[in-house]
Amino acid sequence: METLQIYWWLLIAVLGGALVFLLFVQGGQSLLLETRGSVAKNLIVNSLGRKWELTFTTLVVFGGAFFASFPLFYSTSFGGAYWLWMAILFSFVLQAVSYEFRRKKGNLYGTATYDAFLLINGVVGCVLIGVAVGVLFFGGQFTVTRGNILDGNAPVISVWAPSHGLEAITCWKNLLVGFTLFFLARMNAALYMMNSIDDGQKFFNVCRMKAILNGIIFVVLFLGLVAVILTSDGYTVEPDGRVVAVPYKYAINLIEMWWVLGVLVLGVVLVLIGFALTAFKKSYRGGIWWTGMGTILTIVSLLCDLAYNNTCYMPSLTDPQSSLTIANSSSTEFTLTVMSWVSLLVPVVLLYIWYVWGKMNATPLTPKEIEEDSHSY
Amino acid sequence: MEDLIQVVDWSRLQFALTAIVHWLFVPLTIGISLIIAVMETIYYRTKSEKWLKTEKFWMTLFAINFAIGVATGIILEFEFGTNWSNYSWFVGDIFGAPLAIEGLLAFFMEATFFAVMFFGWKKVSRGFHLASTWLVAIGVSLSALWILVANAWMQYPVGMEFDPAQMRNVMSDFLAVATSPVALNKFFHAVTSGWVLAAVFVIGVSCIIAAKGRNKEMAKDSVKVAGWVGLAGIIFTMWSGDGSAVQVSRVQPMKLAAMEGLYRGQIGQEIIGFGILDEKEKEVKCKIAIPYGLSILANHDANSFVPGIDDLIDGIALTPQGDTINTVSYAERIEIGKAAQQALRDYEAARKAGDNAAVDDALARIKANYQYFGYGYFTSPQDAVPPVALTFYSFHIMVAIGGYLLALMVVALFVVYKKPEWFDTRLARWVGMLSIPLVWICSEAGWIVAEVGRQPWTIQDILPVQAAVSAVTAQSVQITFWLFAIVFAALIAAEISIMVKEVKKGSDREITA
Repeated sequence: METLQIYWWLLIAVLGGALVFLLFVQGGQSLLLETRGSVAKNLIVNSLGRKWELTFTTLVVFGGAFFASFPLFYSTSFGGAYWLWMAILFSFVLQAVSYEFRRKKGNLYGTATYDAFLLINGVVGCVLIGVAVGVLFFGGQFTVTRGNILDGNAPVISVWAPSHGLEAITCWKNLLVGFTLFFLARMNAALYMMNSIDDGQKFFNVCRMKAILNGIIFVVLFLGLVAVILTSDGYTVEPDGRVVAVPYKYAINLIEMWWVLGVLVLGVVLVLIGFALTAFKKSYRGGIWWTGMGTILTIVSLLCDLAYNNTCYMPSLTDPQSSLTIANSSSTEFTLTVMSWVSLLVPVVLLYIWYVWGKMNATPLTPKEIEEDSHSY
Repeated sequence: MEDLIQVVDWSRLQFALTAIVHWLFVPLTIGISLIIAVMETIYYRTKSEKWLKTEKFWMTLFAINFAIGVATGIILEFEFGTNWSNYSWFVGDIFGAPLAIEGLLAFFMEATFFAVMFFGWKKVSRGFHLASTWLVAIGVSLSALWILVANAWMQYPVGMEFDPAQMRNVMSDFLAVATSPVALNKFFHAVTSGWVLAAVFVIGVSCIIAAKGRNKEMAKDSVKVAGWVGLAGIIFTMWSGDGSAVQVSRVQPMKLAAMEGLYRGQIGQEIIGFGILDEKEKEVKCKIAIPYGLSILANHDANSFVPGIDDLIDGIALTPQGDTINTVSYAERIEIGKAAQQALRDYEAARKAGDNAAVDDALARIKANYQYFGYGYFTSPQDAVPPVALTFYSFHIMVAIGGYLLALMVVALFVVYKKPEWFDTRLARWVGMLSIPLVWICSEAGWIVAEVGRQPWTIQDILPVQAAVSAVTAQSVQITFWLFAIVFAALIAAEISIMVKEVKKGSDREITA
């Protein structure tokens, strides 16, 4: 059973890593704010528009996989941090229609409104997903009492603080996670555009400068975040089942799980290589591949650091005994086994995504292609 | 307690709003993706540019609809957690799996090949593009399959058992969940009704385009494809609807009774074709009825008994084989449910105290009484009765329009093949135009029957709505409900406006590939 829980957390971590990488779509949308000219805006939107559904789908599958494998997390976090999740939800609902509607005749509200929706999703969606991840590291104000199901007047098992997630949004540590993700997404977006759009040297240089600028901010924030995480208390489950706070728990985990530390270092190095090659080689277009792979590995390692080694992956600040672990929040052995068989299809899915991505991105997007395409956004 | 009731009501309203709005777009996506795939197959085989331009015209409408369907779909997944958190834990071990499988098998397929379908014309081969278009259509139906597996399980929970130690239900047989006859029937019914809806949409829009005189050829070709898809769809929908009625009579007899507004049933029960329900008097007035109809529909036996709402409350029902029996009354179910809940409390106390004998005794009582666990949350048998009028009228609207749609498909095919000169008349345009809202009303009415008719259960007999909610305030849900309502209204208005412009474009100028 323990192996299955570890396996499923790893899958969640991989999906989380893929999601954070694909948030370059949101990062790119946030770049619309400082982009002048409709041609440049259309290029950015059309470039991202061919990938937005992949990000959206990964978010949905991430949620679905969490629901299937760790339902107590789903019920506690979603039902508790109501406002946080609703804000994320609204931002993604606005995004989903904006690409398709923005330049269609009769869209009622004008292109600028839909571009504003994309901007909102780019900023709010990205930062608040970071806040939701921050709650995993720094805890939430909730209790879990399974026996409540028998209380006809108040039958809810997981109960959150009355602020219902607003307190998480105002916590500076969570916001640090959110803005770190945000600037990472912006850097990745600029690198993606350098790789997938061909609109002359000027556009390329603008993207490069954005990648460098956002990359610098990201690196500073990331170093701060790592320092905060490694010096924070974590919660662990003792052999007798009690949950206790442990100083420097996440740092200890890295020392005790050398492979997680290795993946983290590798991920960070890859991101830095991608950033450095872009910064020091003027015509280098391939930065996104380095930072993309580095992003996925870094997130996977951080999520493993968060939950393995008897660590509570979502500590309760109200009642530590209610904290969630991969052991107490998971589905049963039977369900995890069934789902594990299904997960054997993941490589097939990855393979066709990879193949199609290669086909669709074989030649960079140009203004001419947008002009000639009857379905351009 | 009062706040709990309000939270439950607002959460139900919010979920109903989201589901109804989502279902405006899903059936069109299901059906039109198939129609487009058929058109591209013809183009692939004939290499005729006229089929390419026909396909591309419908693809534009498909994309507009697809986007808003995606937008509303994610809300439903989130709402299981945000508004029904108890549900998410209590049955998450079973319910989460189909959702995850849907995402992995269907959503990625749709998202990946959707991009090829729309932007890959010059980037991939013709064969690869055709395959992508079909994969989008298959992905859409696969998505429907898994979501209906999940939905059917809520209405007919199989392949599970209750684990007292974890105080939740756990999966014991995945195949039973995935291949539940209720799920398969729902899948066929929902997907083929999507074919019908899309066919009516295509026929209606084609009639409007043809009436203007331009692109008449394209309109006719579209009606030919849509007509056959729609005819196949309506036949399968009626066939699976018949199967659904038999299943409902076995596993959700209260829903069937509400569908017919039937309070006291009899042998050789008539079926109402039209009538006005008087809930106070518990009868249908001004009715037009077909003798023996409901007995035939529910049991395929004209002389069988169909129980009404009061019969069921009193404990008169059918066995899964269709025999009439005296079973457990709702008042007794409430007592049994309370006994199951008390046994669970005793189990928990005994477990903490380390009293093994008491644990065994409690486990035996839980096992004996768990079948009616959910009734323990009720105070009166009436609590287990769904909103009768809404279910009754929705059912009859669905059936009446369904009959009309069968005729429409036959007439459309007759006209387009045998009397093409009738096609661009004013009458054809009006019939086509008016049929579009009718098919949507029919489709939504079907979902209302399925979902309102099963109230108050989130899981049939196990978990009623009041025990499934989240610990949020009624005001919070009220705020998000109105926010959703505003956003949905704004987006639907934009979608309709864009669609109208695109159709106008199709009727005002020559369409090119």
